[in-house]
Amino acid sequence: MSNLDDKIKIHPLYVRIFHWINAVAMVLMIMSGWQIYNAAPVFEAIEFPDYLTLGGWLGGGIQFHFAVMWVFVTNLLIYFFVSILTGHFKHSMFPVTPMSILNDLGKALRGKLPHTVGTYNSVQKISYIGVIILMLLVLLSGLAIWKSVQFQTIGMLFGGYDGARVVHFVCMSLICAFIVMHLVLVAIVPSTLIPMITGWARKSAHADKETNHVA
Amino acid sequence: MLLKRKSAPLMLERTHSILNIERRSFMKQTLSLGALALLTGCDSPEDNSAVDRILKAMSNWNDKAQAALFDPTKLAITYEQKDVVDPFRFNAFYGEDEIVTVAEADYKLALSGMIDNKTSWTLEQLRQLPQQSQITRHICVEGWSLIGKWGGPSFGDFLRKVGADTTAKYVGFKCADEYFTSLDMATALHPQTTMALTFNDKTILPRNGFPFKIRVPTKLGFKNPKHVMEIFVTNDYPGGYWENQGYNWFSGA
Repeated sequence: MSNLDDKIKIHPLYVRIFHWINAVAMVLMIMSGWQIYNAAPVFEAIEFPDYLTLGGWLGGGIQFHFAVMWVFVTNLLIYFFVSILTGHFKHSMFPVTPMSILNDLGKALRGKLPHTVGTYNSVQKISYIGVIILMLLVLLSGLAIWKSVQFQTIGMLFGGYDGARVVHFVCMSLICAFIVMHLVLVAIVPSTLIPMITGWARKSAHADKETNHVA
Repeated sequence: MLLKRKSAPLMLERTHSILNIERRSFMKQTLSLGALALLTGCDSPEDNSAVDRILKAMSNWNDKAQAALFDPTKLAITYEQKDVVDPFRFNAFYGEDEIVTVAEADYKLALSGMIDNKTSWTLEQLRQLPQQSQITRHICVEGWSLIGKWGGPSFGDFLRKVGADTTAKYVGFKCADEYFTSLDMATALHPQTTMALTFNDKTILPRNGFPFKIRVPTKLGFKNPKHVMEIFVTNDYPGGYWENQGYNWFSGA
């Protein structure tokens, strides 16, 4: 085993707590959301199989969705608050420029993106910024659907009630795409999973495989 | 999806058994997600009812949160005549072949509970009251929505006219098709809440709720009772047909 000098703290405790609560809440929101969606599909051709839905029937799906909603939103707001306060956003996600994204993406596709433990490359940065924006949009469009009268101003931003349903669905789909990519990359580089649990990584952890790493 | 009367009790039972089955298949499919370990603890019937209790408690909490969010002066968005869908979709907990027909000659609207003047009302008397109309979006709990034009007396004015105790918590409705539901007093008094005698300027059809429907544009569709036979004011929670099966009671828009 390595000594302490070889270890580096990557994920602070609050990030890890946020991450895992968010992971559970997100899956519950998506599965109960599919239950609700099936009652009146936005796109006729798209329906979700029953075994992927939560709640048993529309009423159960709604109960789950609006119970877990509070966990999802509270957790997200605490994360925002602490991340801005501690400068986590500023230091971990920025700067990120279009050139650096293209550059890193090019390297990643050629399998030549070097990985520095504890530092996000541009592709990671833009993925995380992107999924955080998606979570905000899914929340706002959800509020517009849930409270189409009280939050009608938010609804107007999405082109009204039906527009908000489409935005809610599209954001959910993109979040699902992120989750799939995220899990695939963790499966390819499993050593990235440990720091999200313990907070610590070995500096030499990925030294032997300087592979693509956008997990 | 058509919400049919016969399948409703079945759906309730399904809630429990399917939750169980789902949780198991859910586990199998997501074993790779360590994060979901939290869910897997709930597999016995006891835990299931614990989950149900938590969900019920959260639904009650959501009633309070929505009551706090409800602005009694905020109006639902109104639309143009060209947006009105006519004929309007039939929707109930039974099929279209079971629509109830109420005869106008025999019809009397009954009033009960915390109301000073409990004299019943004929349709003609209701038509003599000042009428208002609105073109608003009817949003079903299922997610679909349609725009319609409803007209009739303001429900808030009616409640005040008959001397309803507007400090009471609930207004309940009993319908000719055995449907029942209830509103919070603040929503009952909302300026757009209307006793809809007409749809699109014509006498409302039996399929849409003749003799009248309580049109509440600040609520989901199932909080808009059709074929209203009796209105009562109370402080005792009256529940509702769908609410008693698990739909959130407040269900405000």
